[in-house]
Amino acid sequence: MGRNRLRTGIGLTVMAIVLVALPFLLTRYYVDLTIVFFAHLILAVSFRLITTTGDFSLAHVPLMGMGAYASALMAKYFGWPFWLTLPLAGVASTVVGLVMLYPLLRMKAFAFFIGSYAIGEALRLSWIRIGIFGGHRGISGIPHPSISIPGFVTISFAGVTPYYFLTLAITVLCLLIMFLIDRSRITQIFKAIHAEDSLVRSIGINVTAYRTLAFEVGTFFSGIAGVLLAHHLGHIDPHQFDLTTGLYLLIWVVVGGFATFTGPIIGVTCFTLLGEVMRVFGAWMPLVYGCILIISLLFLPEGLESLPRWISPLIKKMGISGNRA
Amino acid sequence: MTLQLILQTIINGVQLSSFYALLAIGLSLVFGVAGIANLAHGELYMLGAYVVWLFYGVRGLNYIGAVLLAMLLVGGFGIVIERGIFRPLRGNVLSVAIISVGLLFILQVLVGQIWGLGYPKRVDAPIMGALNVRGVTIGWQRIIVISAAVFLLGMLWLFLQRTKLGRAIRASALDSEAASLQGISINRSATLAMGIGSALTGAAGALMSPAVAVHPYMGHMALLIALIVVIVGGVGNLKGTVLTAILFGFLYTIITTFLDAVIANIASVLFMVFLLAIKPGGLGEHGT
Repeated sequence: MGRNRLRTGIGLTVMAIVLVALPFLLTRYYVDLTIVFFAHLILAVSFRLITTTGDFSLAHVPLMGMGAYASALMAKYFGWPFWLTLPLAGVASTVVGLVMLYPLLRMKAFAFFIGSYAIGEALRLSWIRIGIFGGHRGISGIPHPSISIPGFVTISFAGVTPYYFLTLAITVLCLLIMFLIDRSRITQIFKAIHAEDSLVRSIGINVTAYRTLAFEVGTFFSGIAGVLLAHHLGHIDPHQFDLTTGLYLLIWVVVGGFATFTGPIIGVTCFTLLGEVMRVFGAWMPLVYGCILIISLLFLPEGLESLPRWISPLIKKMGISGNRA
Repeated sequence: MTLQLILQTIINGVQLSSFYALLAIGLSLVFGVAGIANLAHGELYMLGAYVVWLFYGVRGLNYIGAVLLAMLLVGGFGIVIERGIFRPLRGNVLSVAIISVGLLFILQVLVGQIWGLGYPKRVDAPIMGALNVRGVTIGWQRIIVISAAVFLLGMLWLFLQRTKLGRAIRASALDSEAASLQGISINRSATLAMGIGSALTGAAGALMSPAVAVHPYMGHMALLIALIVVIVGGVGNLKGTVLTAILFGFLYTIITTFLDAVIANIASVLFMVFLLAIKPGGLGEHGT
């Protein structure tokens, strides 16, 4: 136990040093990429948080878009500061999510999956139709965030390096909160609902309330991820939040593994790296995604995070037989 | 509002309904019989349209031949994917749906890379012009779609009701365990359903190809429509599927005529969500 803790401590320290040094070591392009990667981390981990109750929500990406639109509109038209638009955008996603939940809570498993797709698509189509969201062209010129304490200082996050650290801080905070939720009793109840909801209901646990809680917490963080993306890209349009993005998210989480907290993190990391390695193939990428998804579902249904569990007994076996030989 | 406009709207509604029914019936069939919620369904529709573009539009085969070829090829492809990737996961609807997402991406990329992404392909209508009945114009292509859809759905109905194989498929859909106790092979029923369902979906794409823009991403909208119709109609309920197709065909036509297409899409989707919320089993009871 002590040794494990030491190892974790060293690992975290190394990771912290690397993450702080990153923007000074990498070129602009890779720093941009890392910022998007952070937003995707929040997105994938919050998606997985909802799946612990068995609800696979394809509305997750449109709800991220809701956060992005909310923050963009508040910052651009009202000139509200970032520290205000960030949580408010999360709240906006949560409120829209709550409206969606009214019909969605009556559905389970596959019906929920399709229902969430349909209702998320309705939300996305409404951005095309309603004037303030800018139609197909979306919203451009989203201001760079700055945090000002009246009378003291104003910190601008216009540059890519300051924005990197802002994103890093928010991502670490979000992941930490979701990690603590994952370790808490609440997640045990979420998982119990996934396994056998009628049994959970029979011992007096309000299944609907807990499903709502999981969905709303996850949706709040998806809104946060949307804000980070919107202010980074400076431009958002309905096309960014369509089914394809939602299916990519699904692939990251399914291939990474959704049984544990680390699964989606592994998934997003692997696919981001893969995307970079295979950048030359450009248009062929979705095909690679598709092949990886099919292979992993057929041969590694618990995802990449279960790989060590499969391999380590094999290595041990080989090691033992090697000793004997 | 004139009589002409009403008649025109009705004709448009009938045409859209028959297309929706043909598009959705295959998904409903495989979903009901084998529990395959194929999210690559829209891509099967896309393949059907591409076969007609390739053989009728480019190679100059006659139209009927191209449509039959599309049914044959897409049906065969359906059997291959049922055997290859859906069968190992059968029983877990969500896993099957997720794995079909992989197929969706693969087909989109392959078609886009082989035949190009640029401008959508145009397919000439086999019979140009339109029938004009007292000021109401009906394009010949619409008449072809309507009559072919009615014919194919009629054939499917006859097959399911009157033949032994058809009865076996219906039995598998009702209760797969009881059916296998009677000596019906569920594997065979699933393969057959997937083959027939895919062929009909390919036919939908083939018949619509002169009327729509043929491109690799045309399946998105088709999938959404098929899902709405199948879920509202009740999974595996073919009668319910056809009735819902008619309902949504008219709903969509009327809203498009008087408002616009985006609102029509939103309304269709919200209507489906509303129905799912109040009647999770769909409008009809389960069973064919």
